[in-house]
Amino acid sequence: MQRVKEKAIELLTSGAVDRVLGWRAGEFFYDLTPAVFTSAEEVEKDFVYSVFSGANLSKYLIAESRKGGKVAVFLKPCDSYSFVQLLKEHRIWRENVYAVGVQCGGMCDAEKLKEAGASGLTSVREDGETLIAETIYGEVCVEKDKALLGKCQVCKSKKIVCFDELIGEQGEEIPDNHRFDEVAKLEAMTAEERFAFWRGELSRCIRCNACRNVCPACSCEKCVFDNHDLGTDNKAAADSFEENMFHIIRAFHVASRCTDCGECSRVCPQHIPLHLLNRKFIKDINELYGEYQAGADFETKPPLMDFTKGDCEPSVVYERGGANA
Amino acid sequence: MKKLPRNQLDSLFAALSGLQKLYIPSDDASGQAKFTVYEPGMTLTKNLNTVRSAKDLFFPQVENLMGFKVTGKQLELIETRDVTEPFVLFGVRACDCRSFEILDKVFLAEPVDTYYQTRRENGLIVSMACTRPEETCFCAAFDIDPAAPAGDVSCWMDEENLYWQANTEKGETLTAGLSMLADCDAEAVESQQAATREIMQKLPLASLDLSAFGAGKTKELFSRPEWNQLSEACLGCGTCTFVCPTCQCYDIQEFNNGKTVRRFRCWDSCMYSDFTRMSAGQPRPTQLERFRQRFMHKLVYFPDNNKGCFSCVGCGRCLAKCPIHMNIVKVIKTLGEGTK
Repeated sequence: MQRVKEKAIELLTSGAVDRVLGWRAGEFFYDLTPAVFTSAEEVEKDFVYSVFSGANLSKYLIAESRKGGKVAVFLKPCDSYSFVQLLKEHRIWRENVYAVGVQCGGMCDAEKLKEAGASGLTSVREDGETLIAETIYGEVCVEKDKALLGKCQVCKSKKIVCFDELIGEQGEEIPDNHRFDEVAKLEAMTAEERFAFWRGELSRCIRCNACRNVCPACSCEKCVFDNHDLGTDNKAAADSFEENMFHIIRAFHVASRCTDCGECSRVCPQHIPLHLLNRKFIKDINELYGEYQAGADFETKPPLMDFTKGDCEPSVVYERGGANA
Repeated sequence: MKKLPRNQLDSLFAALSGLQKLYIPSDDASGQAKFTVYEPGMTLTKNLNTVRSAKDLFFPQVENLMGFKVTGKQLELIETRDVTEPFVLFGVRACDCRSFEILDKVFLAEPVDTYYQTRRENGLIVSMACTRPEETCFCAAFDIDPAAPAGDVSCWMDEENLYWQANTEKGETLTAGLSMLADCDAEAVESQQAATREIMQKLPLASLDLSAFGAGKTKELFSRPEWNQLSEACLGCGTCTFVCPTCQCYDIQEFNNGKTVRRFRCWDSCMYSDFTRMSAGQPRPTQLERFRQRFMHKLVYFPDNNKGCFSCVGCGRCLAKCPIHMNIVKVIKTLGEGTK
């Protein structure tokens, strides 16, 4: 992980780039903030790449790549899928970006450490597959698996799909990732049970928009839900809206562009499993149009933005389960 | 002071909920705490605090203000104010107790906000002392003692007992109707308080220095270059403002179907791009300005208008919940250090 920081210093010192997009040290060991560094001294002082560098930096490139000069960015495997997807959508100016791929062994979540009993966190160290957390109230051991971000527990790929330079080994896709298991459980429910599940989960929504604002696929200049002139804006957290509409419309909108980066669920203050809506779409697209992974390459067209004579007919949806589908 | 064995908490909750609607902090489906209407069988959370603050009960996220009905050229006003009834809010931490004083300065100043006022009058606050503060806690920076929370009644809890101390007439009246509470001395509470205060000294944010902030600091702070770096990664979401116990901004909007209009207010966030959007345009066009507004309001403008009182209680919710881990402590430290 030290090599990432050294690379940032090297890129700035050599003048290869003007800025580096990375993660800035926080008040504690876990509260890293995405940040732009402009000098080697600044990197030396504040840059951190650790198991708490979970934030996906790709979306920041929409603005950063337009600022002039060259910006280096560090991309973990899943972040690189978002990067490619945004490039495919012509949202990032590629020529102004120097992409450094960094391998990742799974990112951790301080809230999960706390759930596992480590309240009053002051520091953490890794000992094999165990995290040893120092707290105000003593030492707490937590299995690393249990402290991983939800998205990392079912990591789909260690492959960095786009980079100018790679730190560490290139990885492979992980076909046996079980990321659709939870979706299958929802599919196995009756329509009533599933409706009740989502009403319950979405009832916690406080309409903070963190899921939308962090989402690399949500890059509209003006979101339809903020558009007052169009009359489609809604600021009130109303049970008739959030629980039934907002998240589902958003999932539809990002369908076939969502890379399953998991940022929506990572940032949700209310721990709503929003990624399951997106994964349901991904699973359906895989089944209806053939395997497709958004952001995996530059060539394949997103199935919902392409028409082929082989496309499934809408009736397929009914054939799959009628009113229960 | 009075006490009750912890294994009889249910009898207390049953009695309270028999008198009035009772809210207790209980875990939701995600395992996080929320103030929830008590029902038999419900248990108190083990989490230190709720994700959403106690302000929800007095200043709900969405609230009906009034309605109109249009028939031809007739305009009829419809009363749509939500009916509020007396309620007990149990388990409020010292930080949230202080937040009520801050909200009062806004909503109970002339012209009084009668929607808020009615809920405040209807609410009886039973606070709960902290014993295991988190590393994100910094209430002491605002002279809040988490071992001596305010409220109509203050409570403490140890392994064996709940301790109960009425502070106000309202609290005394409630206490008189609770026969399961037995008199006791303050010895156990005092030793717990001493232990908690010792922990407070050891918290990583115990020495947070606010001397660079407060009334009259606008000129020194407004144009500081650090705002740029502090705000650069802000997503412009409303998480910090919505989990904050002292954020009090709201928008007034209408649902209008052409015949009837429902006018309501809902929480707004200064982090949003359309915040205070007026007919004349948008006063804060960039995220830097929106971000600066939030922290200047809490640390300078509110003190300017309220005899030096900061509009933060150090509850740490924004530290725990900001998606990019930017928060008021980082603002205080970055700008504070730059001032030295």
